[in-house]
Amino acid sequence: MSGRSVILARIRTALKVAPDDAARASAVAGRLAASPLGVIPARGQLPQKERVELFCRMAEKVSATVKRVRKAESVPKAVAAYLRARNLPASVRMGADGRLKAMPWTSVRSLEVKNGPAEPEDMVGVSHAVAGVAETGTIVLHSGADNPTTVNFLPEHHIVVVDAKDITGDLETALSGIRQAFGKGEMPRTLNLITGPSRSGDIEQKLLLGAHGPRALHLIVVDGG
Amino acid sequence: MQITSPAFKENARQALADPQLQKAMLHVRSGFIDKRQHAVDALPEFEALRESARAIKDHTLAHLDIYLEAYEEKVRAAGGHVHWAETAADARRIILDICRAAGARTVTKGKSMITEEIGLNEFLEKEGIRPVETDLGEYIIQLRGEHPSHIIAPAVHLTKDQVEADFRRVHDHLPPARDLSEPESLLGEARRVLRSQYFQADVGITGANFLVAETGSSVIVTNEGNGDLTQILPKVHVVVASIEKIVPTLEDMSQILRVLARSATGQDMSVYTTLSTGPRRPGDPDGPEEYHVVLLDNGRSAMLGTEFQDMLRCIRCGACMNHCPVYHAVGGHAYGWVYPGPMGAVLTPSLMGVDKAGHLPNASTFCGRCEAVCPMKIPLPKMMRHWREREFSRGLNPAVQRYGLGAWAFFARRPRLYRVLTSLAVPALALLGGRRGRFRHLPLARGWTKHRDFPAPERRTFMQQWREREVWKQEARV
Repeated sequence: MSGRSVILARIRTALKVAPDDAARASAVAGRLAASPLGVIPARGQLPQKERVELFCRMAEKVSATVKRVRKAESVPKAVAAYLRARNLPASVRMGADGRLKAMPWTSVRSLEVKNGPAEPEDMVGVSHAVAGVAETGTIVLHSGADNPTTVNFLPEHHIVVVDAKDITGDLETALSGIRQAFGKGEMPRTLNLITGPSRSGDIEQKLLLGAHGPRALHLIVVDGG
Repeated sequence: MQITSPAFKENARQALADPQLQKAMLHVRSGFIDKRQHAVDALPEFEALRESARAIKDHTLAHLDIYLEAYEEKVRAAGGHVHWAETAADARRIILDICRAAGARTVTKGKSMITEEIGLNEFLEKEGIRPVETDLGEYIIQLRGEHPSHIIAPAVHLTKDQVEADFRRVHDHLPPARDLSEPESLLGEARRVLRSQYFQADVGITGANFLVAETGSSVIVTNEGNGDLTQILPKVHVVVASIEKIVPTLEDMSQILRVLARSATGQDMSVYTTLSTGPRRPGDPDGPEEYHVVLLDNGRSAMLGTEFQDMLRCIRCGACMNHCPVYHAVGGHAYGWVYPGPMGAVLTPSLMGVDKAGHLPNASTFCGRCEAVCPMKIPLPKMMRHWREREFSRGLNPAVQRYGLGAWAFFARRPRLYRVLTSLAVPALALLGGRRGRFRHLPLARGWTKHRDFPAPERRTFMQQWREREVWKQEARV
C-alpha cells in the first residue's frame, strides 16, 4: 500500500488540500450521484423515423452495410442472403442470446448455427445489440452468459441485429439504458461501442478495412422489433 | 528508452537530411489536417464540447485524490486489482510480478504510450518474457527495434517500401515471391501473423484512454480491434494507465469521446470504444480470468498546482503535432523521447527534467496552431514559454544567447537610451541595405542569411513612424 499512500499524499500536498476535507468529498459524491449531462449534439435529437434513418446513414458513412427488415422472424433469411451475396459458407457463430434464439433459424435450409464463443476459424459472427446510437452510427453490445465478446472480434464478418426501438439519438441515452439494466455504477464485464468495421491507417495514412477485427460489419435493423 | 532530447539539434539536422523521412512526413501534412477540419465543421457543438471537456478535466484534477479512491473501490468491487506505481521502475516490477504469477512466456500488447514511457518491452525481454505489439504501426516499429514517432500513428515516419522490406526480412517462413506491393497485402500478412499470437499469449497488456470513477471501468479507443483481442483472449488482462486518465462518470467520458476521435483522425467516433470492468463474470463464456490496473504517477502529481497542471488535461489525440510546422519538418524521433511535438515539448521537461529536454520548448515558432486545435484547450505555447523562463533562470541555455538577451534587457529597461540607439542604428542599417533593401550576409546572423536574405529596416524606427501617424491623425481631426 506504500505506493498508494505516497501518491495520494503527493496529490494532496500539490493541491494544498487536507485528506479529510468534507466539502471536496461531497463535491465528488454529488457529481458521481448526479451524473450531470454535458453538451448533447442536436444532430441525433430527431423523431423515431428520422433517427433510425440517421443511424443507417451514419453507419454506412463508416463503411458498415445496412439491411432493414420488418420483423424479427425475417432476420435468418436476411443473414442467409448476406452469406450468399458474398459467397460465404452457410455457417454462423452466435451466443445464446434469447432474442436471437427466438428467431426461426431452422427455416433457412442448410444454414449451420454454432453456439458459444468464437473459434479462430469462424468466418461469420452474429450478435444482437442492446442499442444503436444515431449521432455516430454506433452499435452497443455487452458481454454476459449469452453474449461472448469474441463473436464481435474474431470472425471476418460481423452481423449485428438491432431493434429500431433501441436506437437512441445520442451516446448518453444509450449508456443510461445500460445503467438502468445493470444498476447505477455497475457495468457488464465488457461493453463494446462499435462504429464500422475494423480499419488501420498505419501504412502511409492509407485507410484500409479489416485490420484485426472484422473486415465487414453488416447491420440488420428490425423495424417492428 | 534512452533519452536523446539533449541532442535535439543534431537529431533535427539528420532528420531534415533524410529523404525517406521527408517523403513519409508529407502524409502527416496531407492526411490529418483536412480530415480533422471536416469532422469539426460537421459538428456545430464542437466548440461547446471543447469547453465542456476542459471543465470536466479541471474539476477532476482538482479532486484527483478522491476520484482515484472512488475508482479503486469500484474496480475492487468488480473483482479487479489496483496497483499504485510511483515510478516507472515500480510499474515495471508490478507488471513483471503479475506476469510471473501467471507463468507468462508471451504477452500481447495493445497500443499504449504509457508502456513506452516506462520502457516495458525492453524490460520484459531482459526478464525472459516475449512482448508482442499487435497494433499494426507498433508491430512494424517493434520489428525494426524503433520507438513510435507519433503518439497515435507510431510508424508515420516510414514509407510502404520500408515496411515491405521489414516484412520480407522478418517473416522469412513465407514464400519470398509473394506480392507485397500494396498496403492491403502488408496489412493482410500482419493480420495472419498476429492472429496466432493472441492465442499463445498468457497475459494481455493495454493502456487506457479513460478510467471511469463511477463504474471502475478502463476504456480503450481503437480502430483495428487488436486492443480488444489483446484484452479478451489471454487469461490475464493488465491495464497500465497514468493517474490523470480518470473521469468521473459515463456522461463525462461521452463528452470527451466526442472531441477525441474528431481531433485525432477526423472520425466522428473511433471504430472500437470498449469499457472493461473487472474479470469475466460467473457464466461468461469468454474474457480474462484476472484483471489488474497499474496506476502510474511518474512525475504527474508534481505537475499539479504548478503552471504545468493544464498539461494533465491532455487526452493524447496528437492534433498538436499534426498541426505543428516543426514536427512536420523533423518528425517525432528528433524530439528524443516518447512524446514528440508540442505536447512532448511541454511534458518531456516535466517528466525528465528541463536540463535534459530544454531544447524541446525552444523548438517552436509559437505559431499557436497547437493551442488552436487542442480539444482540451491546453495553452501549449504559454507552457513552452514557462519552460524557456525556467531554463533561463537556471542558466541552462548557451552563453551567447544569455548575454544577447541580457544586453537587450538592459536597453529595453532604459527606453530613452533604447530610442536614441535605434534612431541611429535603423537609418544606418537602411543605408547599408542599399536599394535592394535586403542583406545577403550579416555578421552574427549567418544561420539566417545562409538560406535567405535578411530584410533591411525601413528608414525610421517604429516609434518614429507611430508618432508621425499620430500627428497625421490629429491634423485630420482638425
